[in-house]
Amino acid sequence: MVEISDIRDVLKSLESLKGVVDTLSDDDDLFEKGLDSFGSVQLMLALEERFEIEFPDSALGRRSFSTIRIIRDTVAGLRQQEAA
Amino acid sequence: MNMHVEVAATVPVAAPAEALDARGRRVAEAAARHADAVDREGRFPAEAVAALKAERLLGIQVPRSLGGEGASMSEIAEICAILGRACSAAAMVFAMHHIKLASLVTHGRDSAWHCTLMERIAAEQLLIASSTTEAGIGGDLRNSLCAVEAEGDAFRLTKEASVISYGAQADLILATARRHPEAATSDQVLVALLRDQITLARTGVWDTLGMRGTCSDGFLLKAEGVPLVQVLQKPFAEIAAQSMLAASHLLWGSVWYGIAAYAVDRARAFVQGEARKKPGQVPPGALRLAEAANELQAMKSTVVAGLARYEDAKGDPDALGAIGFSIMLNNVKTTVSGQAVDIVQRALGVVGIAGYKNGTPFSLGRQLRDVLSAPLMISNDRILSNTANLLLVQKGSGKLLSA
Ligand SMILES: Cc1cc2nc3c(=O)[nH]c(=O)nc-3n(C[C@H](O)[C@H](O)[C@H](O)COP(=O)(O)OP(=O)(O)OC[C@H]3O[C@@H](n4cnc5c(N)ncnc54)[C@H](O)[C@@H]3O)c2cc1C
Repeated sequence: MVEISDIRDVLKSLESLKGVVDTLSDDDDLFEKGLDSFGSVQLMLALEERFEIEFPDSALGRRSFSTIRIIRDTVAGLRQQEAA
Repeated sequence: MNMHVEVAATVPVAAPAEALDARGRRVAEAAARHADAVDREGRFPAEAVAALKAERLLGIQVPRSLGGEGASMSEIAEICAILGRACSAAAMVFAMHHIKLASLVTHGRDSAWHCTLMERIAAEQLLIASSTTEAGIGGDLRNSLCAVEAEGDAFRLTKEASVISYGAQADLILATARRHPEAATSDQVLVALLRDQITLARTGVWDTLGMRGTCSDGFLLKAEGVPLVQVLQKPFAEIAAQSMLAASHLLWGSVWYGIAAYAVDRARAFVQGEARKKPGQVPPGALRLAEAANELQAMKSTVVAGLARYEDAKGDPDALGAIGFSIMLNNVKTTVSGQAVDIVQRALGVVGIAGYKNGTPFSLGRQLRDVLSAPLMISNDRILSNTANLLLVQKGSGKLLSA
């Protein structure tokens, strides 16, 4: 299981978001809260390391990383695929 | 020498309608007549822009349902190249106008206000300028300091716009700003500002090495009492990713291709002249010409392949938002901007002093000075570091014929 709180932990490690993570709802658009393209790459790297997954190129769009809930679903989906 | 044609023919980009081409050529004739004066005096290419309006080329990208012609990016790119051969400044004005229009056409169609604006652009041939560059931010498109300050259903905006090409001549300026005064610097919107809604106080004069006719002066831009409906609702991040970056890199690249192709044509005419003077001998410049033609073909292939990828991805937000797509576009820009400079320089080497001197049939000084702006127009280093960041996560398919 991938929990929302796990995703929030990872977000707290990012320079561009660390001050605001606790004020974010699960559905807030992270790009509107200061996530930029540098930050989103750092986020992907942190998620790949933490959950031992690899994002395929098709999952590397803005959409897969736009909210905490979507990130959780994307990561959970990839974990399941890799376990299968 | 028709090897360039072959390359283009193998890539499935729709050939521009003959009519658009012909209209572009008539504008190019007018632009060419005044190109030296525009450059020397650093003045707006007024004759060329008047011709663009007379040929109704400023509205071609607007959808037919709104009074335009629904022209594709490739069709517009072809006209950029045609104009680039004649007058770089006029070509860049045309390109920048259509880059802005691409954002309206892609992201403004669900807003009644912006639809009416597009109808006006087509009907009245309004000229659109761009204000992204800001004092304290430079060429970092994706960050702004200035902010939309809403009051009721209107807003105020003050921007230290350090570069706005033809700002003084434009009918409309699209400017980036933070969404509201507390927003993060990357939480940006794009606002449409009509000439009579703003004041522009000149803060810097565009007295430059090249691209002098773009009149890219610095301004303090102030807007007050502008209806909030003029703010495009889509986050600018999406507008940038889905229309503006592609349009910028592909249309700028097409302008630079036009400049480079002109230079190679001059070098070829020069070498052919030498060959006729001394039959039986291959002129010494021929080898250098072959190198320049070689690089021009590579440059053309890069632009054309980029256009094909864009036309394929168009309308698919996932494809346009993918990291691989951004990397591809960044690579188009950094590659062709460097090639363009190199090609013009090689061509100058072929024609020699006849090219270095102004006022000869082989003069290339203006083209060389103009094309030197290509690597700086959004600094290649800035773009490369962005690509370097994206490459940390891209996986790549290793395929030749697809992304
Ligand atoms: C012909 C022409 C027309 C233009 N028209 C317009 C216009 O209409 N509207 C508009 O808004 N702008 C316009 N611009 C400006 C353009 O969009 C860029 O903003 C500008 O060229 C960048 O200027 P800069 O070199 O001062 O800034 P910067 O981007 O700040 O770069 C300065 C230097 O710092 C280095 N640098 C900065 N950041 C990084 C980084 N992250 N990584 C690596 N290196 C970095 C670069 O190597 C560069 O040499 C125009 C430019 C030209 C040449």
